[in-house]
Amino acid sequence: MHLAADDAFRLNADFFDYTIVALYFAVVLGIGVLARRQVSTSIDFFLSGRSLPAWVTGLAFVSANLGAVEVMGMSANGAQYGAATFHYFWIGAVPAMLFLGIVMMPFYYGSGVRSVPEFMRRRFGTGAHLVNAISFAVAQLLIAGINLFLLATIVERLLGWPLWVSLIVAAVVVLSYITLGGLSAAIYNEVLQFFVIVAALLPLTIVALHKVGGWQGVKEKIQPGPEQLSSWPGTDLTGIENPVLSVIGLVFGLGFVLSFGYWTTNFVEVQRAMASDSPSAARRAPIIGAFPKMFIPFVVIIPGMVAAIIVPEIAALKSGDEGGAGGATYNDAILLLMRDLLPNGMLGVAIAGLLASFMAGMAANISAFNTVFSYDLWQQYVKKDRPDGYYLTIGRVATVGATVIAIGTAVIASNYDNLMDYLQTLFGFFNAPLFATFILGMFWKRMTPTAGWVGLVSGTLAAVLVAVLSDGTLGSLSVGVLSLSGQGASFVAAGAAFVVDIVVSVVVTLMTRPKAESELRGLVYSLTPKEDFADPDEKNLPWYQSPVKLAGIALVIVIFLNVLFR
Amino acid sequence: MAQTKTAGAFDVRYIVAALMGTYGVILTILGLVNTSDAELEAADGFNVNLWAGLGLLVFAAAFAAWARLRPLVVREVTDEEREAAGRPADDR
Repeated sequence: MHLAADDAFRLNADFFDYTIVALYFAVVLGIGVLARRQVSTSIDFFLSGRSLPAWVTGLAFVSANLGAVEVMGMSANGAQYGAATFHYFWIGAVPAMLFLGIVMMPFYYGSGVRSVPEFMRRRFGTGAHLVNAISFAVAQLLIAGINLFLLATIVERLLGWPLWVSLIVAAVVVLSYITLGGLSAAIYNEVLQFFVIVAALLPLTIVALHKVGGWQGVKEKIQPGPEQLSSWPGTDLTGIENPVLSVIGLVFGLGFVLSFGYWTTNFVEVQRAMASDSPSAARRAPIIGAFPKMFIPFVVIIPGMVAAIIVPEIAALKSGDEGGAGGATYNDAILLLMRDLLPNGMLGVAIAGLLASFMAGMAANISAFNTVFSYDLWQQYVKKDRPDGYYLTIGRVATVGATVIAIGTAVIASNYDNLMDYLQTLFGFFNAPLFATFILGMFWKRMTPTAGWVGLVSGTLAAVLVAVLSDGTLGSLSVGVLSLSGQGASFVAAGAAFVVDIVVSVVVTLMTRPKAESELRGLVYSLTPKEDFADPDEKNLPWYQSPVKLAGIALVIVIFLNVLFR
Repeated sequence: MAQTKTAGAFDVRYIVAALMGTYGVILTILGLVNTSDAELEAADGFNVNLWAGLGLLVFAAAFAAWARLRPLVVREVTDEEREAAGRPADDR
């Protein structure tokens, strides 16, 4: 992403806009102070005492993912590729969220674990646990750096503050509300953020559509032609010319490995559902989250598509006229649209919405990091058996440490031209092998503890190898032997990690000794009696609270949307 | 035993309603008194502040009404209690 400091355009914010932004920050910090009063034990701080209703955790679930990359990256993709970007939502997210709710969540919630690495420890022992906890912690710090960098760069561009001031201010605000209130504050703020983001993007979308003459206007005016209105086969997006291979790449690479890996094993997401008040509420959280998730593209991608028609700089860029673009990139699509269409006042709401979305990602990374650091690394390997308050303090110290380190990883992230590719590649390193090990371990009771950690390590190494061999994915570290770059490279890296992990795990399992079956109850599907997962209340729930029925409705809608925008 | 109490002002719906309502008031007033011709022109004659402000006010009122009619009950559940089966079924 090109977000250089010397860019010409600024948003013309006035007194009312600043007031609106300031109000938002006042409320965010106020929530932290309020939440602090409710924090008593460490389970409260980390999992919100498991007392949140499903619709709250469901919205937090979506909002934790509605970060900088989602809003800026997807509107940029919409401007550049058109309707193919819908795949990131309808193929690359919703099916995995439903799978998480129906199949995976009972395991997480039912076994009472506090983190995904803890689940790994009970299934595979300390080897896999240590590998997973460390790689997860590192990944969160790197990703928090990306979010912080984007947040600070946008602040710089919107308000004209220098980048280093923006970085520190952004870090301090995120830090204060997490340390003040823990996950309760983070989740409450995510719910608030969700509504502020929608309040910002929905009017922008409506005004943009009004300006261009409705959906009919988009159909007539979109460039270079009507193929931009079809999501399948998405050859522009994948960079794979053969339509059949492109569809396979989308379904297997994005839809299966990357998306299932992200949604089902990423603790940032799972942690939100685990804060629910009952097993069926935990299952409902990702499923309820799937409903807003399938409609977010309308307020993110469509403004991008319209920007490519009515914003002169983006239209020039798309027609290949570099001079007319005046240094703007697709990433600027939504900001330029705001500049052109919104009056002061609404502009302030839009700025608050963007800032909210950029903070959501970072806050989620930091709070997941501190849970894994205190429970999985510190309590497990450094100081065992201390009183509860001790780990709470460690959690707070870890939060401060993580925020400081994130300022450092933000500087690393600033060296990358395309942060979307960087982020997808990181997911390939960390999530794809984890997902392979998980699935195999959950359904194959013989899989051994040794296979658990060897599989994870070799899967990650395979993804790193593909990234190094590809063209520019890791900057100067990539040697360019494979002619893969951008999104294509990250799909292939994730696929390689998945396949290598499975193959190595099977081979190692056949040579090593499995755990006793009695230790695997609740952790392996075939060894867990059905009633262990069942929520006794579940059969008494009305249809709109039944996870399976809700998931069925979501699936029907998402298939319908895919057909509508094929 | 599980303690129960209502979340009261801490109910996130009140917080959402308060912030959205405040934004709604500011935008509606701006839309009525402070809309320049240039701004109207930019959005093709659409008074963005006014309509967005009214929309936010309606949304905030609906959210506050929901929170009032169906208060959120916070149960403080410990680990031991969670493992013990018979939790009261509550409608959330």
